[in-house]
Amino acid sequence: MADAQDLLPSEQPVRLLDETGRPVAGAALPFPTADRLLAAYASLVVGRRVNDQAGALVRQGRLAVYPSSHGQEACQTGAALALAEGDWLFPTYRDTAAVVARGVDPVEVLTLLKGDWHAGYDPYEHRVAPQATPLATQLLHAVGLAHAARLRGEDTVAMAMCGDGATSEGDFHEALNFAAVFKAPVVFFVQNNEYAISVPLARQSAAPSLAHKGVGYGVNAERVDGNDTPAVLAVLDRAVAAARAGEGPQLVEAHTYRMQAHTNADDATRYRSDEEVGPWVARDPLLRMEAYLKRKRLLTKARRTEFAERAEAVAAAMREGVSRDAEPDPSELFAHVFSTPTPQLREQAAFLADELSREGS
Amino acid sequence: MATDPTKLSMAQALNRALRDAMAEDGSVYVFGEDVGPLGGVFRITDGLTAEFGENRCFDTPLAESGIVGMAVGMAMNGMRPVVEMQFDAFAYPAFEQIVSHVAKTRNRTRGRVGLPIVIRVPYAGGIGGVEHHCDSSEAYYAHTPGLTVVTPSTPHDAYHLLRESIASDDPVVFMEPKKLYWGKDEVDPASPAPGIGRAVVRRPGTDATLIAYGPAVSTALEAADAAAQEGRSLQVVDVRSLVPFDDETVCEAVRSTGRAVVVAEASGYASVASEIVARVTERCFHSLAAPVRRVTGFDIPFPPPKLERFQLPGVDRVLDAVDDLQWEDQ
Ligand SMILES: Cc1ncc(C[n+]2csc(CCOP(=O)(O)OP(=O)(O)O)c2C)c(N)n1
Ligand SMILES: [Mg+2]
Repeated sequence: MADAQDLLPSEQPVRLLDETGRPVAGAALPFPTADRLLAAYASLVVGRRVNDQAGALVRQGRLAVYPSSHGQEACQTGAALALAEGDWLFPTYRDTAAVVARGVDPVEVLTLLKGDWHAGYDPYEHRVAPQATPLATQLLHAVGLAHAARLRGEDTVAMAMCGDGATSEGDFHEALNFAAVFKAPVVFFVQNNEYAISVPLARQSAAPSLAHKGVGYGVNAERVDGNDTPAVLAVLDRAVAAARAGEGPQLVEAHTYRMQAHTNADDATRYRSDEEVGPWVARDPLLRMEAYLKRKRLLTKARRTEFAERAEAVAAAMREGVSRDAEPDPSELFAHVFSTPTPQLREQAAFLADELSREGS
Repeated sequence: MATDPTKLSMAQALNRALRDAMAEDGSVYVFGEDVGPLGGVFRITDGLTAEFGENRCFDTPLAESGIVGMAVGMAMNGMRPVVEMQFDAFAYPAFEQIVSHVAKTRNRTRGRVGLPIVIRVPYAGGIGGVEHHCDSSEAYYAHTPGLTVVTPSTPHDAYHLLRESIASDDPVVFMEPKKLYWGKDEVDPASPAPGIGRAVVRRPGTDATLIAYGPAVSTALEAADAAAQEGRSLQVVDVRSLVPFDDETVCEAVRSTGRAVVVAEASGYASVASEIVARVTERCFHSLAAPVRRVTGFDIPFPPPKLERFQLPGVDRVLDAVDDLQWEDQ
């Protein structure tokens, strides 16, 4: 039985950079290497561009909806970069930037929001589960997948993402409990962005922090400043390493903020003020990281241009892919319900095909 | 693996099916509540932990959504989980996982991620169980696209349907009629029963067709025996596979007699029995001499033990429904 004290998160969220991008004194963890920080910065830039581009595509009517992670890009980047190739990511609807950072083609990711199909990418190709919409349900899948890997003697780690609101769902608690009992190598990564649609954190939980929920299950927990990219990376790196080493599941809460409305369909002015949002603009993870890298002379002009161009290429591919006008094929509606369509589904497919052929003639 | 035909109870046949499947395929994992050393409250998993070790058959914390959600993840990672829901009504906490993930994942992922999961659900009444232990919950699952739903009525069928369910690449909700757990009958592991998707004629007959599944099959067979005493020949069809449904066998049977009664324990409103009536009527209208009747449970929560006999479709109610099939018009 673990000592409760050892499982509790730090008093304050772990920080490596202050709000101006200067290293804090007496940081709890060492800085990631310069190479890793540059890779993270490149991914932040792409993540921000993906968010902005997807928002624009919604306004143009090309995408039905987009839940943006604008302002949460440090978390998105950290989740993807902390994993090894053989690991698995279990993202939510808000984690498109993390899925892209993991290597999935952004156009395939947008299949869902474009309305062509549900999950548009092959989960096995990059080891990324379909983006989950039913809150917290995917956390249990991560536990099962990690447990299966462990039974086979593999050292796979599953990174299971969710929001602050999702920690109130039963599946969050069942997942932490199962993972702890089975010592499943899962990192539960909660992006606490202060809101679940309109409902603020205070209505979700009276706990000292969401990370404090770990101790009740015997899960080691930590909290981190979610807009501090080096800190997010360092904390997630350590959590992944611990899970991989057989130390059981880890819970990480990142303190961040949802800068935009829940989705484009939401009106955030109904439940929060500009005064509340204002201070978070200055805490932008990109600005902070840029300030740090510049001061360290790691971010040359050439590199900045290179990263911006890379992000621009991703945005261009998104625009191009989303405007391709190939209509989804209605006959596919019946193809994947079962491994072999039932006689009833074959009948219904024939009915629709006939209806379409009469329409066409 | 012994293959001689033997007399087994349905509980023993299910246990045998699990054991044979686990021996044959190392990717089959059994888990749930009390399924380990205890062998399950109905002893269906008896001896599996001892034989295959606690990695292959294990107890989980008490959380049904957790059990099914974990099965989803294990299935994504190459395993064939067989999970036990302790009782019908205790599967409800898992409903979201079943409906939103187990049933939909293959379709959501365009066929890339199949989930070969079996969810075993002991169900229905007739055992004097107190509340929350006797629900007939099959319609919830049958209504959900993507789930295969089967229910055996004999030990031989139980063995083969469970083996086939475990081998299936699709998720199967395997409904086990509790009241039939203990009755013994011949099981021959070497001679396969008709596959998932097939109904069978359990008793030939020429005057009317009783269509039943799971716990109602034995009632239908008893009713047919009683009717025979009175000179009426009733055919009994055991549906076995609620999804996919065997329209062919059921309709052929109904056409051969021209009259039909559907017998099921579940409440009748918006039920599997209603669906069967609709399908038969749509397809066999011109062969029917009378409207198809239903004998089902009332539309009430399952009664306490001393009142359950009023809810369960019994032989008399079945025979009364048969009497109502407009014989005077002949
Ligand atoms: C089980 C379930 N209930 C309700 C919803 C509707 N819903 C979608 S997102 C959301 C808020 C979730 O908030 P949080 O977990 O904090 O994540 P965030 O959107 O802030 O990233 C709600 C209520 C849902 N998707 N699933
Ligand atoms: Mg939130």
